[in-house]
Amino acid sequence: METIFFYIIALVALGSGLIVVLCKSPVNSALGLVNTFFCLAVFYVMLYAPFMAAVQIMVYAGAIMVLILFVIMLLNLGTEARKRYTHGVVWAALASLLSLVTFLVFIKKGQITGAAGDITKDVVMSVGHTELIGKTMFTEFLLPFEIASILLLVAIVGAVVLAKKEV
Amino acid sequence: MISVYHYMTIAAILFAMGTYGVLTRKNAIVIFMCIELMLNSVNLTFIALSRHLNNMDGQIFVFFVMTVAAAEAAVGLALMISFFRNRESIDVEEIDLLKW
Amino acid sequence: MYNYLWLIPIMPLIGCIVNGLLGKKFIKNEKAIGAIATLAVFSSFLLSVKYFFQLLGDPVKTHQQVVFSWMSVGDLQIDWGFLFDPLTAIMLLVVTGVGSLIHLYSIGYMHGDPGYYRFFSYLNLFVFAMLMLVTGNNAMVMFVGWEGVGLCSYLLIGFYIDKKSAGDAAKKAFVVNRIGDFGFLLGVFLLFWTLGSEHGVWTLNFVDLAHHGHVLGFGGTVVTIVTLCFFLGATGKSAQIPLYTWLPDAMEGPTPVSALIHAATMVTAGVYMIGRMNVLFAMSPTTMMTVAIVGAMTAIFAASIGFAQNDIKRVLAYSTVSQLGYMFMAMGVGAFTAGIFHLMTHAFFKACLFLGSGSVIHSMHHALHHAHLDDDAQDMRNMGGLRKKMPITFITFAVSCLAISGVPGLSAFFSKDEILWWTFGSTRGMWYVWAIGAVAAGMTAFYMFRCLYMTFYGKEKTDARAKDHIHESPLVITIPLMVLGLLAVVGGYIGVPAILGGSNHIHHFLEPVFGHASEIYHIGIKEAMHHNHALEYGLMALSIAIAFLGIAVASVMYLMKPELPAKFTKMFPKFHRLVFNKWYIDELYDAIVVNPVKAFGTFCWRGFDVKVIDGVVNGVAKLVGLCSAGLRHTQTGLFHNYALAMVLGMVVMVAVFVLR
Repeated sequence: METIFFYIIALVALGSGLIVVLCKSPVNSALGLVNTFFCLAVFYVMLYAPFMAAVQIMVYAGAIMVLILFVIMLLNLGTEARKRYTHGVVWAALASLLSLVTFLVFIKKGQITGAAGDITKDVVMSVGHTELIGKTMFTEFLLPFEIASILLLVAIVGAVVLAKKEV
Repeated sequence: MISVYHYMTIAAILFAMGTYGVLTRKNAIVIFMCIELMLNSVNLTFIALSRHLNNMDGQIFVFFVMTVAAAEAAVGLALMISFFRNRESIDVEEIDLLKW
Repeated sequence: MYNYLWLIPIMPLIGCIVNGLLGKKFIKNEKAIGAIATLAVFSSFLLSVKYFFQLLGDPVKTHQQVVFSWMSVGDLQIDWGFLFDPLTAIMLLVVTGVGSLIHLYSIGYMHGDPGYYRFFSYLNLFVFAMLMLVTGNNAMVMFVGWEGVGLCSYLLIGFYIDKKSAGDAAKKAFVVNRIGDFGFLLGVFLLFWTLGSEHGVWTLNFVDLAHHGHVLGFGGTVVTIVTLCFFLGATGKSAQIPLYTWLPDAMEGPTPVSALIHAATMVTAGVYMIGRMNVLFAMSPTTMMTVAIVGAMTAIFAASIGFAQNDIKRVLAYSTVSQLGYMFMAMGVGAFTAGIFHLMTHAFFKACLFLGSGSVIHSMHHALHHAHLDDDAQDMRNMGGLRKKMPITFITFAVSCLAISGVPGLSAFFSKDEILWWTFGSTRGMWYVWAIGAVAAGMTAFYMFRCLYMTFYGKEKTDARAKDHIHESPLVITIPLMVLGLLAVVGGYIGVPAILGGSNHIHHFLEPVFGHASEIYHIGIKEAMHHNHALEYGLMALSIAIAFLGIAVASVMYLMKPELPAKFTKMFPKFHRLVFNKWYIDELYDAIVVNPVKAFGTFCWRGFDVKVIDGVVNGVAKLVGLCSAGLRHTQTGLFHNYALAMVLGMVVMVAVFVLR
């Protein structure tokens, strides 16, 4: 049951990814992307990370995609010019295929190493995912968290400066 | 049973698709969205591996990736707006000031 | 005892710095500048006198004072040290004594010159360098002085910076001197290397050299080469064949400079240097012979050129070259004492002659300037009959002329006669050197009196508008003249030979410096002649006769029958032209050395530097330019190309990671 569900979701995710890449209209691409995000959020839930799923939907599907759509509307972008593809399509296809092959070989051959922790499914179920994230974030990763906030601040200032009419 | 390899295969395919989009599209916003797609595929591997190893660090990392993506969206879109204001277009083929 | 030895050279240096830095903006006053400079040298003179008398009563004759360690390389230790022994004492007295007088003279002579402070600053610097040269206790310190005097000579010859001929002469002097300096330096290197690596004596200290020099072996090849190198240095500095050509041109400098540097002190540095290294020279008969023959050739050659010169300073310059030849002759036959003795007397009478000529030129210049005439103030053909107008100058000039000619009783008679006696009777002597020396003595007498007669006797040839303005120079100029004239008379009495009832003080005084080498290497009057008084008297009489012959011929030609010289010129036009043009030696050097070197330099510049060096440099730049012109086409400026490259790079990296 779960496996079938996984495959359905995977199919939807890949299909909407294709829409993102291939659609002429940016609006369609954006909607495809939202769909992909949702699928990924489903994957996160299946991976016992409900908080990440929520954040995925709120930040990506909610904030970033709205922003992108907003810009698309603002600039009133129609469909792309007649020549939608650049002349490097063959090269691009070759490069992405190559990368796919290498990644797949990598996944097949590569051994997963890394520091194994003790946060099993059961721990997540009993303690709660949000609490676990919060504890790790505000103890072990406090400093990167603060830096991330500064990064966001800088990004806000930069965005304002760049978008202003008269600099 | 769905293993971590399944998730990673999905992520790899999504990443390759994003790469293809970045390399072929001319509309800067679409390229931007393709980059978001690639970032998300990476996020997926992070979370999958995090689950596999029973370790929360990967998920925290995803959090930071999202932060960076948000910052990037803000700055990138601002850039596009100011570029559009100058050229009436956001076609990346027209941005070739670095040409010899 | 001699604790303040270092003050002797330092005093003029202080004078130089004070005048050089403050003279133009702060002191300004000519009298103050002159006083500072003169007092600086004079205080050195007083100190030298004090130490001289101290040394007279001192049983130990060699004193060293090390101020600080200069270089220490391996076993070679070179100190900044001073040496005080009889030779240095005499040189100090000459340099500071004559130097003080010439400084005093310059106060009057340079009056009104815009470069007044500069002149005195250079002059003091020169005295400093010269004192370093004569007091240095090792070859390197001597070399510092050696180069220093060369530099000051250059600066002072080119003192009149707006005159092109002065600048050319300065350059010539400098370049020719460099050739000699190169020889000196080679000699130093070869000496210390041979001594050190082959004999384990790492030293350049003169006292140590005198003690350990014998390890090189009598008549050895190395010692011959070393001393020949040193002698090359001496020919450059002391204007001997083949490097003498710069000295006559050096007369472009102010006359006090000619007197101090190019007559009394600097040009004698080569003689001093040979005296200082007498042990090494004594070990090589070949070098000694070379020195003697070169000296003799120079003496007669320069004297012959002096015959036909009309510029009063040039006559004196050739006379200086000739007299320096005498000194080298003396050194070459082992008469070190006589050489130094002649150096001293020559400093007196030649400085007096130069200053006298300066006095004449000074007043001539004034008179011509006053009458707005462009005649050459140094040309003897414009002078004549000046003896009534400038009595003091005339008397001192005449006395010095008598002295240089070797008239008995005056200073040069004793020194020159001793040299001639040694060339004849020394174990290293050669009769033909004596013969050349004797003939040159007669020629000296002739051209000096020619000069005297043309300048001070006969008809007044000065332009009528100017001649009433010629008058005696002020006291500040005549006092040094008188003092030097007096010294030119009495200076010889410290070296009266035994045969004339004297006791030859200077010989005994210098014994500690030269006696050692002379004894070991058997330098002295030949045994057979030692007691042959008849021969000595005979030779003395002969040289007196030759001197008087020269004077007599000059008197006949220039005093009694002034039309004779023109007749001679007409009779031997080619010969006259040859002599008048200085045997075309300058032209010869131009043809065989200067022009080829210039051509080579031009080739290096136009052919090698411009084409090869610049070509390589520009070629590399062009090549890089071409490569980048090709490579820059990869920079399309298109986003997709860059992204594609990035992706391919990433693929390669991952592939390497996977396949590894």
